[in-house]
Amino acid sequence: MTNNKKELAVAALKDGTVIDHIPSAALFKAVKILGIENMDKHITIGFNLESRKLGKKGIIKVSDTEFDESTLNRIAIIAPHAVVNTIRDFEVADKRAVTLPETVIGIVRCPNPKCISNNEPMSTRLHIINRDPVILRCHYCNHTINGADATLV
Amino acid sequence: MKSTSLVSISDLTHEEILYLLKCAGYFEQHPNHKILDGRVVATLFFEPSTRTRLSFETAVNRLGGRVIGFSDAASTSTSKGETLKDTIKMVSNYVDLIIMRHHLEGAARYASEVTDIPIINAGDGANQHPSQTMLDLYSIYKTQGRLDNLDITLVGDLKYGRTVHSLLMAMPRFKPRFKFVACDELRMPAEYRDYCDKMGIEFSESTVFSPEVINNSDIIYMTRVQRERFTDFSEYEKVKNLYTLHNSMLDNSRPNLKILHPLPRVNEIDRDVDDNPKAYYFEQARNGLFARQAIICRALGIDPLSLHD
Repeated sequence: MTNNKKELAVAALKDGTVIDHIPSAALFKAVKILGIENMDKHITIGFNLESRKLGKKGIIKVSDTEFDESTLNRIAIIAPHAVVNTIRDFEVADKRAVTLPETVIGIVRCPNPKCISNNEPMSTRLHIINRDPVILRCHYCNHTINGADATLV
Repeated sequence: MKSTSLVSISDLTHEEILYLLKCAGYFEQHPNHKILDGRVVATLFFEPSTRTRLSFETAVNRLGGRVIGFSDAASTSTSKGETLKDTIKMVSNYVDLIIMRHHLEGAARYASEVTDIPIINAGDGANQHPSQTMLDLYSIYKTQGRLDNLDITLVGDLKYGRTVHSLLMAMPRFKPRFKFVACDELRMPAEYRDYCDKMGIEFSESTVFSPEVINNSDIIYMTRVQRERFTDFSEYEKVKNLYTLHNSMLDNSRPNLKILHPLPRVNEIDRDVDDNPKAYYFEQARNGLFARQAIICRALGIDPLSLHD
């Protein structure tokens, strides 16, 4: 961490999670997926930071929290290149890319208003049919949607 | 045989499609084989469709089964706000098979997940209508004596027409050569053109329903160009008669050519074609009965051919 001055400029983290390389457009969706609005930890959200890879990027730092695998992987739908750093005692203990599941259940809304999943009290279910860029297909009505345009449930 | 739902034509393997065609052929010879004795089938038509419902109900009756059901959701608890899941669960207590049509897309898939009773999808909005595809395949097979290596021309509304999409998805193993004839507004969607490319299926596109296209076809599959599909009505007025088939256009067509149409037709096939032996759309609808008898047996895990032997 010490060699990353940009991140330190935002906030140094003793323990917790840093999620980097989130496209700016997806940042607030990622905030929602992580459910951090309702957390009482120290949280830093960086928006529109310079990125060579993404142009503008977002970054999320949450102290004293490690997210479970399935929550982090949901971020892959909107930010397939996001990187998750687990910080323990100021050191990066683990650094890994998010991975897309084959199927996402109850996370993304199907964009088709005539889809049964938008009209019954039931979980949505979409299959990942392309990983980069992310494209999802509704298990029920077969409509496809770009991950970047996905509306979360 | 195990009982199984049929929600989409892609639920069927190539071998299953061939087997169902064989069964349909058997039922054409023996339409009143009473192999559903004691079985009760529900036809749940949340959206009215007289043609499809009558065809399915005739199929069950000819097989010796009993039918319960409704043809309009307005007379059911759905109008009181009952969920689809609850309706399906309730009906599942009474019957051996549910045949359903619903205006919402994906309804049949969802229904098949909330019950152990097999579901046959008789149409879910603009999504899937597999029994139509089976009867189309049976009609092609019956008139051409084969399904492989045919020149199949799809005409009209290729953008929204679910019958042409399902037919296209069912054909790849038979190596067809497709011609797509439509105006730009109703062009075959990229998703299906990509599918053809991926599956190595030859296709060409044209905005003109030309003699060259007609004379090089084994099957011409006509569809209705619907006014409500156009955002610009003047555009509809321009194209509405461009894709109408007249008898005189068939003068130099192949002797084995057959004209198919899922019906109802409006004016895309002129009445003067009806008496041409190449017109096949009414027989095609009749084939629906045999195709549906085959589908019903599959859903219930009954093998009519082994019973026959």
